[in-house]
Amino acid sequence: MGTRNPVTWLGSPAFPEAARTALADTQLRRNLRNATTTIRGRRRDAVGELPDWEQLRRAGEAIKDDVLHHLDRYLEQLEEAVTARGGVVHWARDAAEANEIVLRLCGDAREVVKVKSMATQEIGLNEALAEAGVHAVETDLAELIVQLGDDRPSHILVPAIHRNRSEIREIFRAAGLDPASDEPRVLAEAARAHLRRKFLSCEVAISGANFAVAGTGSVVVLESEGNGRMCLTLPRKLITVMGLEKVVPTWQDLEVFLQLLPRSSTAERMNPYTSVWTGVTPGDGPEEFHLVLLDNGRTATLADPVGRQALRCIRCSACLNVCPVYERTGGQSYGSVYPGPIGAILTPQLVDDPHDKQAASLPYASSLCGACFEVCPVRIDIPSVLTHLRAQAVEAKGRSAESVAMAAAAWVFASASRYEKAQKLGSLARLFARDGRISWLPGPGAAWTSSRDAPVPAREPFREWWRKNRG
Amino acid sequence: MASARAEILGRVRDALRDKPTAPPVPRDYVRSGEASVELLAERVAHYRATVHVVAEPDVVPLLGELLAGKRIVVPDGLAWDVPGMTALRDPLTVAELDAADGALTGCAVAIAQTGTIVLDGGPGQGRRALTLLPDHHVCVVRADQIAGTVPEALERLDPLRPLTFVSGPSATSDIELDRVEGVHGPRRLEVLIIR
Repeated sequence: MGTRNPVTWLGSPAFPEAARTALADTQLRRNLRNATTTIRGRRRDAVGELPDWEQLRRAGEAIKDDVLHHLDRYLEQLEEAVTARGGVVHWARDAAEANEIVLRLCGDAREVVKVKSMATQEIGLNEALAEAGVHAVETDLAELIVQLGDDRPSHILVPAIHRNRSEIREIFRAAGLDPASDEPRVLAEAARAHLRRKFLSCEVAISGANFAVAGTGSVVVLESEGNGRMCLTLPRKLITVMGLEKVVPTWQDLEVFLQLLPRSSTAERMNPYTSVWTGVTPGDGPEEFHLVLLDNGRTATLADPVGRQALRCIRCSACLNVCPVYERTGGQSYGSVYPGPIGAILTPQLVDDPHDKQAASLPYASSLCGACFEVCPVRIDIPSVLTHLRAQAVEAKGRSAESVAMAAAAWVFASASRYEKAQKLGSLARLFARDGRISWLPGPGAAWTSSRDAPVPAREPFREWWRKNRG
Repeated sequence: MASARAEILGRVRDALRDKPTAPPVPRDYVRSGEASVELLAERVAHYRATVHVVAEPDVVPLLGELLAGKRIVVPDGLAWDVPGMTALRDPLTVAELDAADGALTGCAVAIAQTGTIVLDGGPGQGRRALTLLPDHHVCVVRADQIAGTVPEALERLDPLRPLTFVSGPSATSDIELDRVEGVHGPRRLEVLIIR
């Protein structure tokens, strides 16, 4: 397929370069540190309250693995159940196909309301609709902040996490919303007033889905603000775009995820609103329901026995909030709608192009500390997938400067005289030292010093000193 | 060209050629829990909703007090006839719902552990928009409707009905991850629990 996958943003630099820019932004780092510190503590409390958290995680992992291992069967079941209840199911191989389907379903509507959805972000739906003259209004507060600020999201759950209250007030002002202060309560009130009329008048709504039950055809959306309920109940037509892997086998399986997801994401016992609907219910909610099942790299991800566990993800964002790399670089450095540890393993697999340097750089955006695996509610072993993807990237790249250097080192270490000569040569690196550290080396040494200082080698190798003084 | 459906299902089957297997789903997590009026009251209040625990004979007088003089949306089949308020009944337009002072409903199930009430569109609950557009939602829960845990609640619910799980008033954590109550959904949630 010739078109590029919009899961990464066109023109984004590779992670190391993007991170360097982000690290220089002290405001960004302060905003992120404040936000992630708060949520980490609250999540710990919410999870600690359940004595069976570990059992729930294991059940969540096993249910998702069962789904992935029999995905074809569950998708066919889901299609049958949704259709039987008056819904229409569509299949989309990639982003372009999904966007085409949604655009066609929008019909004559020039403005549609949207519930926050990662799948529609991933396929660049808003941009595709805009090109065709359809304005998609984001109704989630953080998505609205990103949309009005002509910005990009930086977090899965809270896309505007990189903005603090006073920046948000400025964005609202520039868009003509005019909040009276920068109090979160006042800012939320401004968003309510801005969106109310649109909720009451829009004919078409677009949503994502957190889960869909194969056995019953029921679709589930978790949210907080009530914008989801507005979109799911008021407009005449509802279009839901859902990644293939969001299906769960049975209604009972939701008893696991309705406990794992809220506590892991917003750190609440339960999120304010969860909506469940099955097809169309006469007299209650939309008259037309369309479910678009999206592949866009998911089947390619499924084909990798190690990497496929990334498809267990329920988009809670707990791994972002505990990641030391994410906390310092922010989400936009990852150049994708999926940032943080899960993004580092999911994005390159969805892109599925070994020659995409930006995507190939993402598995390196980690110190492999393992905090992400510990908090993951479906036990995705992110560090193992990261090292697996790094090995693949090295393989795809062929002979790197590093592998050449390692071969040369082996040759040097194999002979005592070669080793001594090399040590003397190494002492020359002292010429680049300042204040006892080397922060820049020429040639192949630059790859090492671009991300860390090198210690200054001794003036005289130990073996030479020994020969002179004790020999 | 093959249909998208056939192609995607084919890709899935190709991707699973290694025939992966997983152990059966372990269901050794907690299934049942305390289904008390007290726990539900505490957990609902934690979301900054208003909670009243009342005896059956006091329900109507208390509702009368809370809703006197107000224009309140009332679904069909509501068990309580409240004096002193103006009851608005379907058919109602979205504009009429938006202009109402509040909505008064029962519920299908409540979950003590999470402080959640669940509406399923049954008698005394109405279609979903009725409890969404008015800014104040008053919900009456009977003690026998309280389930202890999420698993116990889902067992009692029919997923083929349109369901709304409500845990506190509408809220957002989108600004600095600081929770603020009251965005698009009802900004006030008031729960009466009959002990």
